[in-house]
Amino acid sequence: MKELLIIGISAAVVNNVVLSQFLGLCPFFGVSKKIETAAGMGGAVIFVITLSSFVTSLIYKYLLANPRINMQFLQTIVFILVIAALVQFVEMFLKKSMPALYQSLGVYLPLITTNCAVLGVAVINVQKEYTIIQSTVNGFATAVGFTIAIVLMAGLREKMEYNKIPKYFQGFPMVLLTAGLMAIAFFGFSGII
Amino acid sequence: MKANTPVERLYNGIIKENPTFVLVLGMCPTLAVTTAAINGIGMGLTTTVVLMMSNLFISLLRNVIPDKVRMPAYIVIVASFVTMVQLLLQGFIPVLYDALGIYIPLIVVNCIILGRAEAYASKNGPVSSIFDGIGMGLGFTLSITILASFRELIGAGTLFGIQVMPEAYEPATIFILAPGAFFVLAFLAAIRAKMQEKKPEKERHPVHCMEGACASCSNKSCSGKFYDNTEVKK
Repeated sequence: MKELLIIGISAAVVNNVVLSQFLGLCPFFGVSKKIETAAGMGGAVIFVITLSSFVTSLIYKYLLANPRINMQFLQTIVFILVIAALVQFVEMFLKKSMPALYQSLGVYLPLITTNCAVLGVAVINVQKEYTIIQSTVNGFATAVGFTIAIVLMAGLREKMEYNKIPKYFQGFPMVLLTAGLMAIAFFGFSGII
Repeated sequence: MKANTPVERLYNGIIKENPTFVLVLGMCPTLAVTTAAINGIGMGLTTTVVLMMSNLFISLLRNVIPDKVRMPAYIVIVASFVTMVQLLLQGFIPVLYDALGIYIPLIVVNCIILGRAEAYASKNGPVSSIFDGIGMGLGFTLSITILASFRELIGAGTLFGIQVMPEAYEPATIFILAPGAFFVLAFLAAIRAKMQEKKPEKERHPVHCMEGACASCSNKSCSGKFYDNTEVKK
């Protein structure tokens, strides 16, 4: 239990997926204009990454790394296809059986398919030789870290609307500077573990 | 310059539509591996090889792949080449393999590669597609190497591992850490904004992630504009 907690905290804040590993930058920049949409995106990412890290580690452990099959080298191809199929499947499933949840998360789902954070977590799970439970916790915590970062960023950007920003720094450059300052702030967590 | 000739493709990839500075694609590796100039070159050339080979194969198979399943087909082609390159690096250049780490398998989801597959290789012949891949790849290599050299110079006082700054120079370590990547790119993006302004309206390129204008990028994860215009129902 203690070990899982350490994995969780490490993935969520210490090695934040966006601010220290640079994964999932596109949605982080593109969907952080409003807190509401950022939180929606975060919810969808938590859902997909938790599920995909469970499924990919299951496939890796019992199929690819099975001593009788031994095809670990196929992991990149298998993972990306599994993730893409999984997202499609989740979307169809939610649409049919949980329309309420689909309304709030559905619009974000197709956009997550090739989010590099999803594949990144699956690869990290394999590299660190996590068990299936550890992988799932790692996936969940990573996605929570993404949500924390994107919601904070959206909050800052909503406030920034009222600021006077030099002409050429408006938009993308200013968002990058903000992300840099947030990354410095997140260094503060590195003392925890 | 005549369109689709090898020279025009190289010029287009390296200068006119430079993937990093003009199109602003493939931000994950751009920020992550630019801690040292040598990593920048390594990542750039690795991506170039994958881009060239995937462009060639997608171009050769462009009349065979059914339109409906083209995205999964492209992803499988790209992922196969990434796996090959990864195994080759692991076998022959283990130092680079260790330095680039998880960013090698993540080349699969690099916007530049799927973007070129969709925008160019699926519509043009194999020869010009190869040169398009080489041009774009070299453009990417050049720009991330410049970025990495800058970060290494300020952050560690070295260039390709050789001490160039005087002894008295105190390196600003923050530049080779995560926040430095954001800061350097922020200033480059501001310079880019100034340069884009001089161009006539229709030659301007939006920042893809920010505007959600992923016209050349089929990677749907960056269609940011789409979300902000979508009303989220509670």
